[in-house]
Amino acid sequence: MIRTRLAAILIGYGTLAVGACLLAPLVGSTHINLARAFDRSIPFADNVDAQIFFVARMPRVLTAAVVGGTLAAAGVVMQALLRNPLATPFTLGVSAGAALGAILVITFVQADLKIGLYSIGGGAIPLASLGGALVASLVVYALARRPGRTMSTTVLLLAGVTLNAFFSALILFVQYSADFTQTYRTVRWLMGDLDVGSFTPIVASLPLVLAAFGMFAVLPRSLNLLSVGNDIAATRGVDVGRTQRLAFFSASLATSAAVSLAGPIGFVGIVVPHLVRLMVGVDHRVVLPASVLFGAAFLIGCDVVARMVLAPVEVPVGVVTAILGGPFFLWLLVRKS
Amino acid sequence: MLRAEDVSFGYGNGFTLLDATAAVDPGSLTGLLGPNGCGKTTLLKLLSGVLRPQQGRVFLGERPLETMTRRELARRIAVVPQETHPAFEYSVLDMVLMGRHPYLGPFQLEGPVDLEIASASLAATGTAQLTSRNYMTLSGGEKQRVIIASALAQATELLLLDEPTASLDLGYQLEIATLLSRLNRERRVTMVLATHDLNLAASVCDRLIVMRNGRVLAQGATRQVLTSETVRQLYDVDADVTFHERAGHLTIVPLQRVR
Repeated sequence: MIRTRLAAILIGYGTLAVGACLLAPLVGSTHINLARAFDRSIPFADNVDAQIFFVARMPRVLTAAVVGGTLAAAGVVMQALLRNPLATPFTLGVSAGAALGAILVITFVQADLKIGLYSIGGGAIPLASLGGALVASLVVYALARRPGRTMSTTVLLLAGVTLNAFFSALILFVQYSADFTQTYRTVRWLMGDLDVGSFTPIVASLPLVLAAFGMFAVLPRSLNLLSVGNDIAATRGVDVGRTQRLAFFSASLATSAAVSLAGPIGFVGIVVPHLVRLMVGVDHRVVLPASVLFGAAFLIGCDVVARMVLAPVEVPVGVVTAILGGPFFLWLLVRKS
Repeated sequence: MLRAEDVSFGYGNGFTLLDATAAVDPGSLTGLLGPNGCGKTTLLKLLSGVLRPQQGRVFLGERPLETMTRRELARRIAVVPQETHPAFEYSVLDMVLMGRHPYLGPFQLEGPVDLEIASASLAATGTAQLTSRNYMTLSGGEKQRVIIASALAQATELLLLDEPTASLDLGYQLEIATLLSRLNRERRVTMVLATHDLNLAASVCDRLIVMRNGRVLAQGATRQVLTSETVRQLYDVDADVTFHERAGHLTIVPLQRVR
């Protein structure tokens, strides 16, 4: 019964995600001829359709798929770990840490400096944001861990919220000393941007994303029990300490990878899990994979809206997810209360 | 069957439980009595392996609990907490099937055998008609019976219950008491029942462990342990403890607080 239902749901959501990946590159302010884009007899440098399809749209759609799926999964795991349906992948300070890392590079590092493959101010921003996110995760973990006992979710939440505020203060301080150009670039980065321009950043983020997904794969049934309560999970056979660590680090790693790739795109990590729960129920064995697939489709859809709504001007995708997600989040709060 | 030997445990400075030695006999329904903060819940958590003693050891048969994995323990000991508040709206069947966790591999889904055991557990607790209901929407008594069903689905020989009737009205209290007696008698499930309700303990428990200030004061057969003197020692209350012919067990009538 459960097996058949799971297969049916995954086929349905999988079809939606694949369909979004295939259709979204065809939509944009400039019409492209697909036959011409795939015509290898035309040199790439002369083939505008191919350039738009392979350089501008396809990497962007795949980035949306990776980031949307990853943030949605991280949201599901965080909500179960914290036993709080209103938790997001950014609740524990990961995005604030990432933002601080990125903003330090934008403000204080010369844009034309090059170290190895990375042009500082370009490729170093993802690295710095990844570093900031990982440092934030380790600080929160160090504060919440209790030797010989399970992590306190209350301490975890409080440490995350406090660290968020602390990093936000540092971000404001850095912005205070930045010039107008740096401030604009900072604000633009904070809005989130899927326009990565090539497949390289996606490939670079894949090892982290795959490592996180490997950990997600063993979690779902334990997350069901963890969301009922730590003690009851322990007495039903869950190694609570190990599961908490696995959930915390996998969600933090996934969030770090997503934020370093496209900036802190809000609301995906809370809207998608709740929409999926409304559609398929609350069992994490279904919710987690379905959220990955629906999250991918959701962010691809938001990005299409962002590209088209004021075409040829693009609206930052973080604005679209917030405009769609904000009212939904409030509706959820009202419904819960 | 299950015994704690000189166990001590503290959450911060000092001990909540000090040098406690307690034994649970196979097939018994043992009551754990004592005033608020005396260490009943801590002792239950040590007996179930949720907490590890800072001194002393807990044995299941001849095996120390710390040598067993969580899954091994969950196949031998099930626990019913005082209250259960899931973060999400699981169905009653979801909640009961969670009891099958220790028998399933990381990627394994529940099969027909697990569903059969879950159905039998729901039937045994009189909750079969609630199978597809949202757990959050049940009454207190129904919720507690569903959690007992989930514990039964673990198919363990031991069931530890932490004040399972604490927030229930008289009707539900009686219902849970009857259910526990029946499960103990018919399924031969050994039970430990932590409770504040002396009359409940007197009606269903054949053995008692009584605690005060983190120490075990006495343990033994209910009729020998549950006396006016014990009630006074535990709660500073003068009480009449008499055998009720019609009920067939001791009854306790508190008379006045003594300082």
